[in-house]
Amino acid sequence: MADNNGKVTNIVLAGLGGQGVIRAADILAEAAFLAGVDVKQSELHGMSQRGGSVTSDVRFGPEVLSPMVPPGEADYLLVLHPTQTENNLHQLREGGVLVNTTAVIGDGQDLTVLDADDSPLTSRNFNVGLLGLLSTHLPLPDTAWIEAIHRHLPAKLHKENEAAFAFGKGLAAK
Amino acid sequence: MSTEKQLLSGNEAVALAALHAGVALGTGYPGTPSTEILERFSQIGGKAQWAPNEKVAMEVGIGAAYAGARVLVTMKHVGVNVAADPLFTMAYTGVKGGMVFISADDPGMVSSQNEQDNRRYAKASGVMMLEPADPQEAYDFMRLGLELSETWSLPVMLRMTTRVCHSKSVVTPAPPSVSEITRRFDKDPQAYVMVPAFARPAHRRLREKLEKITEWNESASVNRVIDGDSSLGIVTSGVCFLHVREAAPEAKVLKLAMTHPLPVEKIREFAKTVDRCLVIEENDPYLVESLRTAGIPCEGKPEMYRFGELNVGRVRRIIAGDTSREPAPARGKPPQLCQGCPHRMAFAVLKKFNCVAAGDIGCYTLSVLPPFETMDTCVCMGASITAGLGMRHVLPDDEARRIVSVIGDSTFMHSGLTGLAEMVYNPPKTGHVVIILDNATTAMTGMQEHPGTGRSLDHGRAGKIVIEDVARAMGVTNVTVASGPPDFEAALTAALGRDELSLIIMRRVCRLAENKIKAYEAALESCNG
Repeated sequence: MADNNGKVTNIVLAGLGGQGVIRAADILAEAAFLAGVDVKQSELHGMSQRGGSVTSDVRFGPEVLSPMVPPGEADYLLVLHPTQTENNLHQLREGGVLVNTTAVIGDGQDLTVLDADDSPLTSRNFNVGLLGLLSTHLPLPDTAWIEAIHRHLPAKLHKENEAAFAFGKGLAAK
Repeated sequence: MSTEKQLLSGNEAVALAALHAGVALGTGYPGTPSTEILERFSQIGGKAQWAPNEKVAMEVGIGAAYAGARVLVTMKHVGVNVAADPLFTMAYTGVKGGMVFISADDPGMVSSQNEQDNRRYAKASGVMMLEPADPQEAYDFMRLGLELSETWSLPVMLRMTTRVCHSKSVVTPAPPSVSEITRRFDKDPQAYVMVPAFARPAHRRLREKLEKITEWNESASVNRVIDGDSSLGIVTSGVCFLHVREAAPEAKVLKLAMTHPLPVEKIREFAKTVDRCLVIEENDPYLVESLRTAGIPCEGKPEMYRFGELNVGRVRRIIAGDTSREPAPARGKPPQLCQGCPHRMAFAVLKKFNCVAAGDIGCYTLSVLPPFETMDTCVCMGASITAGLGMRHVLPDDEARRIVSVIGDSTFMHSGLTGLAEMVYNPPKTGHVVIILDNATTAMTGMQEHPGTGRSLDHGRAGKIVIEDVARAMGVTNVTVASGPPDFEAALTAALGRDELSLIIMRRVCRLAENKIKAYEAALESCNG
């Protein structure tokens, strides 16, 4: 059961259109829902589908009111594209945790090298890989995460994304 | 049908409610943030269809509701402008079956060309309006709306906003219920034929109805008081309610569900119980004006908060009376035309010609940004053709010949056809050049079908309108179909050089839609074969 001393956990996800920001937020929100806590997710899409900046807010806890993370109150900021870190940092509260691409693939590396890596991460499942890393900070059980991945991705992608999730999780230990 | 808890967006919740309430027909025109409602309704087994535009959708919905069926009509806020013509008269005639139409407003203009507040439309036309705060209320109010519509024989506007449409939360559905009304059309010309002699009493009937609805609303349990410290009382509605509860958990709150007609006496009573009565609402001062008109002393938000969405932080500032400059929003990366988008080559050619492009609403509007910067006007759906004609009429000839109108295939079906009629009927003396960028889908809103694709909302086989045939039949003398830069450039050179009415269709499938369209067509082939 998720608990953050009875408080709401605030997460902002950011990236570019086409990277799977919304899909990652869907999976995260579903995992919280399956864990039995109140959850709200908020996203803005439309023009953002054309490669522009995309963000999505996910909040969970005993009772969530506003669907949007109040400005500057994010406990976690998960960033899928290096260009989107700077313009979203203000959302992170003091002492909040940044989960970003460099934490996974090393400083300075470009996303396009992912396919050549011996890791199971590709540009397609990278979002789920980062969720794996985030999951080590959150009180949501693995069963909820895996079920959420299953609900939001087609069956043929389950294995690959479970591997990406596990890889992301493993990185936290290193 | 399961009544188990689900995690749903506001749009998904409306679709589920429509299914559970036995809605016989869902119709609308795609527009962010309303689009997913009908898509979801179709997926879960409802009968849903895309109309060429919102006026048509509203009119089809009116017919179905006259015949006793429950109907859902969806559109974004600017869509209501298109549907406003039938809307105002539909309030007079009333309906028999339950009719709910969605106005999905976009405070902050996430994906829209203006920030209009459609609460004004409910008041101006005289229909009931419900404003849900979250997906659970979107579900509940959709069903309540159908019931109220049948009770009072009056359409209901379910006014959503981007944050309600596109945010997800836990929804507990209610057991399914169906309407008792028999589906049949009873002849009643005095009710349904709005010649002036019948419309005059109909208007009086509408106002009497609204008085009775106000009476109902005064004591309806959907308008809730959340008790709290009476030094601060807040009147609010929609998603603002949630921001308010978080920003000022100690405050006493009146949360309004039906905001037209307003329960003025209930608000007056509430205001008397608090020391400071503050109205928190997004965009226009709709509620605060109504309260002041009724002589209820209250405080509104400073003008600076009229712009954009509210959130917990901004509500805190309003409560504190803070009018200091707000931090500038972080600059994100703007959207752009996709790599490999066929519009790119069309605009590269247009840029070379130094044309003045009267533009329209769709992905191609993004050509206003670098590197193209080749869109000079953009007002509303369909205005490219007609605004281009206006410029042609008044400019000196050599300037007029630079004007071209650029419109997409879906937008052409929505409201370009009448523009073409205007062009044939009142041609400027230099002629005109209309370019239809036909990418075989409604790309901007997420690749929906339209009357030119030959497939229905669920991608099954449908009638198909062929643009070039229509243009020729309407009397456009010079019609060319191009598929790449060389033939597009040749057609444009020829068209710009003649004082003639020309239509150039630049036809190349949207890169994002290409594979999907192939799959739809293959599925249709296999079921035909």
